[in-house]
Amino acid sequence: MANIISDETIEYVGILAKLELSQEEKEQAKKDMGSMLDYIDKLNELDTEGVEPMSHVFPVHNVFREDIVKNGDDRENILKNAPEEKKGAFMVPKTFD
Amino acid sequence: MSLTAVELGKKIKAGEISVKEAAKAALDSISKAEQDNNCYVTVVEEAAIMQRAEQVQKQIDDGILTGPLAGVPVAIKDNMCTEGLLTTCSSKILENFVPTYTAEAVVKLEKAGAVVIGKTNMDEFAMGSTTETSAYGETKNPWNTAHVPGGSSGGSCAAVAAEECHYALGSDTGGSIRQPSSFCGVVGIKPTYGTVSRYGLIAYGSSLDQIGPVAKDVTDCATILETISGFDEKDSTSVKREEYDFTSALVDEVKGMKIGIPKSYFGEGLDSEVKSAVLAAAKALEEKGAIVEEFELNLVDYAIPAYYVIASAEASSNLARFDGVKYGYRTNSQVGLHEMYKRTRSEGFGPEVKRRIMLGSFVLSSGYYDAYYLKALRTKALIKKEFDKAFENYDVILSPAAPTTAPKLGESLSDPLKMYLGDIYTISVNLAGLPGMTLPWGKDSNGLPIGVQLISNCFEEKKMIRTGFALEQTREYERCPQAAARD
Repeated sequence: MANIISDETIEYVGILAKLELSQEEKEQAKKDMGSMLDYIDKLNELDTEGVEPMSHVFPVHNVFREDIVKNGDDRENILKNAPEEKKGAFMVPKTFD
Repeated sequence: MSLTAVELGKKIKAGEISVKEAAKAALDSISKAEQDNNCYVTVVEEAAIMQRAEQVQKQIDDGILTGPLAGVPVAIKDNMCTEGLLTTCSSKILENFVPTYTAEAVVKLEKAGAVVIGKTNMDEFAMGSTTETSAYGETKNPWNTAHVPGGSSGGSCAAVAAEECHYALGSDTGGSIRQPSSFCGVVGIKPTYGTVSRYGLIAYGSSLDQIGPVAKDVTDCATILETISGFDEKDSTSVKREEYDFTSALVDEVKGMKIGIPKSYFGEGLDSEVKSAVLAAAKALEEKGAIVEEFELNLVDYAIPAYYVIASAEASSNLARFDGVKYGYRTNSQVGLHEMYKRTRSEGFGPEVKRRIMLGSFVLSSGYYDAYYLKALRTKALIKKEFDKAFENYDVILSPAAPTTAPKLGESLSDPLKMYLGDIYTISVNLAGLPGMTLPWGKDSNGLPIGVQLISNCFEEKKMIRTGFALEQTREYERCPQAAARD
């Protein structure tokens, strides 16, 4: 494997991805990511000098509209999906002591 | 249940079958076949279906609903939001999510009188090619239940093949409609990017995702596509097309049409029986007067690596919203906010989803963004150019849908890279935003369906549909034996 993923990198990616991995999952992730990156490195064979990165196939632009509310107040139904709610708001665990 | 959607719609209109009878037949079929196939995550309660059927019947009787799909039962892939109906994306993290609104494509179907019968199984968050990554058990291929149906729209395609619905909606990010359609012996279309609104489709790779139809024949698919497509201001990538007529392309006439076969699609890894099937389809077109030529399509080997960078990057961003706050699963651990996010996600997502979120987070991280993400977007531009060149010379590209027929259950997930390679013929179509479709073309020596793929230029679905229709006229639709045995 050309790409060796370090423990630090997996830790860092875990933070970015907001995932908590077990030791076993970390080892597997190192292997999987390494082999995927080896494969992705194939792109380096291509000369892309001067090629504009294409995020969309069609020329799409920002779509603006007037800031008018069109959908009704659906608070009650939306909150039914919340794992925890209180007084019409989403409840989250304690953020700081 | 052997009728196509359009055939059933005609009988309903003529009063030969009632909407209730049609819905009941679908439910009966589901109750008989589900234990073998597991196509559905959720089947709508019978009472609710009957109530809806009655309402549709009345509108048909009153002359309000006159379209070809009025009263026909449909199955929806479980990544499209349906108001009041569980929508899981086949993930534990959405095990209890009941949307408060309905996806635009489904709204359009309902306006045309569709009766939604259930939500179909898929790879978790549409990430996978076998429907084995679902948190609710794998779907089996009704042609042979020891094999996978393909994926990620495996539930939708298997349900159509097994006649557990008359038609279904799927979504296609890298081949997720076309590959399972091919494995299940049904027809599936992925339209030009921006043709069907993504509003209410739970996003995976937003720049690649498109909703499309799965059905028994090309006529159904064109009819369904015509019903669900259209500009939608609620989807900022929706495209205002000049026309949304697809059914006028259902003509058995391909004389003089130029069909290109990419030589590079016939290299290593292509099963010989699949290869013969594609060549036989080419011959059938030639006999109808089409001009078939081989040509060079370059960069084929770069599509999959570019796709996995782009799709994973977009997925890592799109799936950040699942954090246990507003909906879905939340960890039971009593921990602080930040820990809650992490544990919820770690417990809620399956291994394939985690793998892609991590890869995506990595390629977008500072120091790697240029080398991976921008490089992939540059590659995408080059791939698009290759197709532009091809369509200067050809009306339609004919190719295999997948290198093999359906693999056995349990063979794919142990080697993700190998599974990813199975999407080699479908993935570049998404990168280039093109429309593509697959249709059944015979079976291999194990009795599993083979599919061929047709690709046309952006906004030129009609050429592809016309070619598919002409091909279809040369052979009978082959019913899946399991479904035929239930008659």
